[in-house]
Amino acid sequence: MAGLATVLGSGAMTNTIGEVEDAKAIFVIGSNTTENHPIIGYRIRKAVKKGARLIVADPREIRLADVADVYLPLKPGTDVALINGMLHVILKEGLVDSEFIASRTEGFEDMKAAVEKYTPEYASEISGVPAEDIVRAARLYAGADSATILYTMGVTQHTSGTENVLSLANLVLATGNFGKPGAGLNPLRGQNNVQGACDMGALPGVYTGYQPVADDNARAKFEKAWCVTLPGKPGMTMTEMFHAAVEDRIRAMYIMGENPLLSDPDGGHICDCLEKMDFMVVQDIFLTETAKLADVVLPAATFAEKDGVFVNTERRVQRVCRALKPRGQSKPDWEIIQLLAQKLGYDWNYESAEQIFDEIAELTPSYAGLSYKRLEDGGIQWPCPNPEHPGTPILHVGKFSRGLGKFSAVDYRLSAEQADEEFPILLTTGRSLYHYHTGTMTRKTEGLNQFHKEELMELNPEDAKALGIGEDDIVTVTSRRGTVRSKVHVTDRIQPGVVFMTFHFAETAANLLTNSEVCHIAKTPELKVCAVRVEKA
Amino acid sequence: MVTLYIDDIQVSVEKGSTIFDAAQKVGVYIPTLCHHPELHTFGGCRVCMVEANGKLVTACRAPVTDGMVVRIDAEGARKVQRMVVELLLTKHNEDCQTCVKDSNCKLQEVANYVGITPERMAMLRRSVTEVEIDESNPFFNIDRTRCILCGICIRTCEEINGVTALDFGFRGEHTAVVTMGNKKLAESTCESCGECMERCPTGALARKNYERPNREVKSVCGYCGVGCGIHLGVRGDRVVSVRGDKDNPVNKGQLCVKGRFGYNFVNHPDRLTTPLIKRDGELVEASWDEALDLVASRFKEIIDESGPNALGGISSARCTTEDNYVFTRLIRSLGTNNLDHCARL
Repeated sequence: MAGLATVLGSGAMTNTIGEVEDAKAIFVIGSNTTENHPIIGYRIRKAVKKGARLIVADPREIRLADVADVYLPLKPGTDVALINGMLHVILKEGLVDSEFIASRTEGFEDMKAAVEKYTPEYASEISGVPAEDIVRAARLYAGADSATILYTMGVTQHTSGTENVLSLANLVLATGNFGKPGAGLNPLRGQNNVQGACDMGALPGVYTGYQPVADDNARAKFEKAWCVTLPGKPGMTMTEMFHAAVEDRIRAMYIMGENPLLSDPDGGHICDCLEKMDFMVVQDIFLTETAKLADVVLPAATFAEKDGVFVNTERRVQRVCRALKPRGQSKPDWEIIQLLAQKLGYDWNYESAEQIFDEIAELTPSYAGLSYKRLEDGGIQWPCPNPEHPGTPILHVGKFSRGLGKFSAVDYRLSAEQADEEFPILLTTGRSLYHYHTGTMTRKTEGLNQFHKEELMELNPEDAKALGIGEDDIVTVTSRRGTVRSKVHVTDRIQPGVVFMTFHFAETAANLLTNSEVCHIAKTPELKVCAVRVEKA
Repeated sequence: MVTLYIDDIQVSVEKGSTIFDAAQKVGVYIPTLCHHPELHTFGGCRVCMVEANGKLVTACRAPVTDGMVVRIDAEGARKVQRMVVELLLTKHNEDCQTCVKDSNCKLQEVANYVGITPERMAMLRRSVTEVEIDESNPFFNIDRTRCILCGICIRTCEEINGVTALDFGFRGEHTAVVTMGNKKLAESTCESCGECMERCPTGALARKNYERPNREVKSVCGYCGVGCGIHLGVRGDRVVSVRGDKDNPVNKGQLCVKGRFGYNFVNHPDRLTTPLIKRDGELVEASWDEALDLVASRFKEIIDESGPNALGGISSARCTTEDNYVFTRLIRSLGTNNLDHCARL
């Protein structure tokens, strides 16, 4: 998101899900769409049936690769090399949209100079993708009247995550694929309301609608609305807070609806941090692995038991409606937070989720025109600045939020960990169709467990042979940070030298292995690459 | 526009429309089994037979022409319809009461329309050949004794989600809906989204352990960032079904396996139902007042001793926007911006 905000002025999906079906070319990179965003996966397959050209780049031969025109099996962490290689071809062959570049962008020459050395051969050497496929992919993408890029954590969860996004933005800017239907640069957000949480400023440096805490006017506005004095210095990210806990700089934590013990990198370290904490409150629907370490656990209601809104990946604000009363004594999260605020001496008197939403709309320009009444039929996409505004399906039409779209000169650099003698294999992680994140919810449905009841680490047949490992064998997987045991699935859908695990299973907690090194700009941890050793258990 | 006459009713429709489209426009019922508005036309069931300009045609496939005269209830058409339905019924499982589609079944509807008498039925019906029900999928069964070979499931799998797990297999009277290599459903390439089950006109693809909800509430799925519109089906104090919202612009009624079938966590006995406080290393039940008093006093103590930046808040991408807003308000009001959530995970 930081990357997009830098070059365009706002970080969100630029186009809508519905448009995917009508795109003329689709470039899917670092997204196992049919498993992680199945409905968008349906749209991609439909687009292909209607004649769209599909390019898939992923270290795993995901199911979308089966219907792709070109599949680019890049080595984990080499995205910039691959994308710069495509840009090199697009520039050399004159496949750019010169008018768009001239009228709507800046920094083209710097970008051009940066990609000069990324010949298809050089890009191939780094990424492992055949040079001729890089050329084909470049021509397919740039040759289409409208081409869309869909990406997820496979692009961002790298120490070079922001650079990966910037180089993708270069691709879109160079081909004029912004501000029109069936095009754009589209991060598919993983969780039901990650967009809403970001929009609300559940981030160290911004209030709602991305108004900076360091901005005096913004701060004054929220101080007035909340009747408090607010700090102006941005705070710590989650990863930074965990590090700080070890040094006693963070002594207490309030964790709502998250299970960092399983979802965050370097789980062993997280466990140490949480245990070190003087006081920890966890608010959740189940006694998660993280909740077990808490001093106080507060029972929350599920989405079926509360009112509110979720904001989807295309910025669509939609109504969640209460269907049941909360179980036992559990309560909707906002009610719990309000009760605590009252105990802490604040005079809060929200009577409904709707009243909170109206306050959000008052304080947030991009939400100003929204109300529960208006959201009844299918939701509205922000920005929606006034009650007459229909919402904004496509961003950056005619003009970018920051004015001109900015090209960036981006160079490939190595991931924080490389395969070496001691840890010769790269581990990459992700999710499966049948489970969600740390499995807290999905593992409660027996049928889903029938399809996927335990970790099945994907291992290439070549590596399996060399290591003397067969299908269903149990192995230990060891990184510099920890060891887990896992069952093995031998498949050539994963490339040699790389293994894949999910993080759904507490008993095979893949995040005990992963690296907490972060992208220096977006602070996203490098969950998609770490070096491991695989041994028969 | 093309103008035609359906049972003497004049109707004008776009060029390229079918007789079926035209009949729908003026609210004239034509029976059909294999037609589905969201799928390509198959024209396989022959139940929509009508007479157009004196010839028998299938209404779902026949394009309209100017001045065309259509007779829906023509003698020839009736004969074909009756024969098709009777042939289907001879092989169809007669136990309607235990079928999830009872009273909501296309075959019942069409049989009722063509008028099958008990005498005819008794004469025609053979005992259903022993066909094993494929119960391998945890969410829905394939009961081929209730299948009418309309192909809606096959087209759904190909056209809606692009998986193409199903097709017609075998020949003649042995024709059946099968997976690649006639594997059990759970061992096939099927992704268990249940779209076929939702569109099945009979009880051939039927939800396991189906409980009809007492009421439905329109909401949004709580799993991934797509944000599919859903109808939560409620029975008593439990969620018993999830159905895609056809009017939602995001998913147009479609869902994936998690969204449609993964709702059990809401009803699960492991749900937290009271606050818990750790005493002597054990989490024990407490009242809301006890728990919140403890949190408030410990937060105050730690802030007094070490300043507000010794406190951190992790909000949640799983909670509502309103939940997130009040969470940020509380943490920032306490004097710190140490606030984040799992946006990067």
